Amino acid sequence: MSVQETGMERSTSVAERLSATGTANALELRGVSKYFGALAALKDITISVAPGERRAVLGSNGAGKTTLFNCITGDFLASEGTVRFFGEDVTEFAAHERIRRGLRRTYQISLLFTGLTVIDNVYLACCGVSRGRFSFIRARRNDALMATAEDLVRVVHLEDSRDTLVANLSYGQQRQLEIAMALSGAPRFILFDEPAAGLSPTERSELIEILTGLPSHMGYIIIEHDMDVALRVSETVTMMHNGAIFKEGKPAEIEEDAEVQALYLGGGHE
Amino acid sequence: MAVTETNLGLSTQSDFSRRNAGESSSTAPWHAQVPVGYWVVGFVLLLMPAFASDFMLFQIFGWTFILGMIALSLMFLAGYGGMVSLVQMTLAALAGYCMAIFGTSAIETISLGWPWWVAIPIALIIAVIFGTITGALAVRTEGIYTIMITLAIASAFFYFTRQNYVIFNGFSGFNGVLPPNLFGIDWRGPKAFYYLTLFWATLSFLVVVYVSRAPFGLALQGVRDNPRRMAALGFNVNAHRIAAYSFSALIAGVAGILLTWQSAQISPGTAGTGPVIDILVIAVIGGLNKPIGPFIGAFIYVLLKTFAIDVLISLGLSGDRFQLLVGISFLLIVFFSPDGVLGLWERWRASRNRDPLLDAGEDRLS
Repeated sequence: MSVQETGMERSTSVAERLSATGTANALELRGVSKYFGALAALKDITISVAPGERRAVLGSNGAGKTTLFNCITGDFLASEGTVRFFGEDVTEFAAHERIRRGLRRTYQISLLFTGLTVIDNVYLACCGVSRGRFSFIRARRNDALMATAEDLVRVVHLEDSRDTLVANLSYGQQRQLEIAMALSGAPRFILFDEPAAGLSPTERSELIEILTGLPSHMGYIIIEHDMDVALRVSETVTMMHNGAIFKEGKPAEIEEDAEVQALYLGGGHE
Repeated sequence: MAVTETNLGLSTQSDFSRRNAGESSSTAPWHAQVPVGYWVVGFVLLLMPAFASDFMLFQIFGWTFILGMIALSLMFLAGYGGMVSLVQMTLAALAGYCMAIFGTSAIETISLGWPWWVAIPIALIIAVIFGTITGALAVRTEGIYTIMITLAIASAFFYFTRQNYVIFNGFSGFNGVLPPNLFGIDWRGPKAFYYLTLFWATLSFLVVVYVSRAPFGLALQGVRDNPRRMAALGFNVNAHRIAAYSFSALIAGVAGILLTWQSAQISPGTAGTGPVIDILVIAVIGGLNKPIGPFIGAFIYVLLKTFAIDVLISLGLSGDRFQLLVGISFLLIVFFSPDGVLGLWERWRASRNRDPLLDAGEDRLS
């Protein structure tokens, strides 16, 4: 219900929103908190990410990283604070509204359609951000959406498994498929939730290749436990701890920071 | 694998959908993509009037196709959308009522007597609107609550039509609701009615099969399996679910008009609680996962409903107990095969096709 109500307000301020778009940050969170009952999963988070910026979010389990993603994409609504996406206030938007504006995400535990083939999964992702999503007409051979889907399958090196049911894919392939689905449409900003978790070393280097090969205007935030991956694919690092931002800086600074090492890097080797 | 399937000459819906899934990559002409079994069934159905009695054509098959279509509309919602709706029979009855009210019937004080080409579109549009409104209410709930809401709407419709005399003519409803004499054919004649219902049943079946692989159908199955992911792909999950209700209402509406023509009457009892639940029973007996399931279920249901009395009487029992036989058959099928007759059939095929050298194959050897 709240979504429809805000829809009314939104339409009155189109000009205002458009004028804000040009100069704004890709993503701007101001004082975002999320409570589950008495538990504060996120406490007063303020982040600005410039368009095209690539940022890693680090932090131990329960630091609130995935909750942060959920509040950005609208899987959950933030309890407090505002979320702006390219200048537009999307705090009250439903998830699909944000996605249609160019935000994408992958999930930590693959949320794929296991009963469908690889190409159908990617095709669905392409439909979701197009006008064809209610189409009763099947895709033909030269269908533009289908062509985009075929391209994406190639980008993540899954062309050999094109017609395989997702249930029969290896874990690594499923992760690659997640990424292909996040790249559908015209993403402006992507949230990757632990894309490297559970991947073999070869698959990891393939992943790094895919991430660093993305067009430079396509910014992203990546949650990653593997410091090797995280530091190689990001320009900025945000450390989270207990639902709050603990430190921000360049990868090299974070790596050498004594507090961070004590809290996280050191902790990982115990 | 493909070779063994064709050699066996047997086919199941799963072959069909598997082939459809790979459609964009396969180069076979469309008629080669349809399994042999479908051609055989198709020809038998087309030639049926040459050897079947009028009673078989009109009562058994005509009724099977109509109930099959209504159950198909439920299968579309439940199988692809994961939404069990008990309102489908009500939507069919509403379309039937509209035919009586806007078209012609023996109740001339109420019927407006508009020509069929006005009455039919109005009936379908009203059914779709009602289906959409029901959907809009029902998609806010899940599981058992969807069933409760749709059952409540169905019951409300039943009691309303029974008590309202101004529009719905209360308890007795409308009789004398006849199909138009288009092309000089009496469409209630057994052969004509058989082909009429066969045509619409086949058409709705093919449309459902087709739509299931079109973006709308794929997305609906996506919504069923993982609504959260679908939202994260840019789909408006609730809008999709509501659209599925509208589409299913169209199928149910067409079936409702045919149903009204078959019995030439429409009354509150058409969509009473019993018939409303029977549609669910039919869909479950046949199998909720495949569009062919509802028609198989409807055939079994109609046979039971028609012949159970004779069977009981020949056994020296009271014919009044035929509902008991229907109920027991339902229990047995659901108990042994939760996915209906179709599931039973597929498991039997799978065990037959198992290669004794590669798989365990105990079933075959024993």
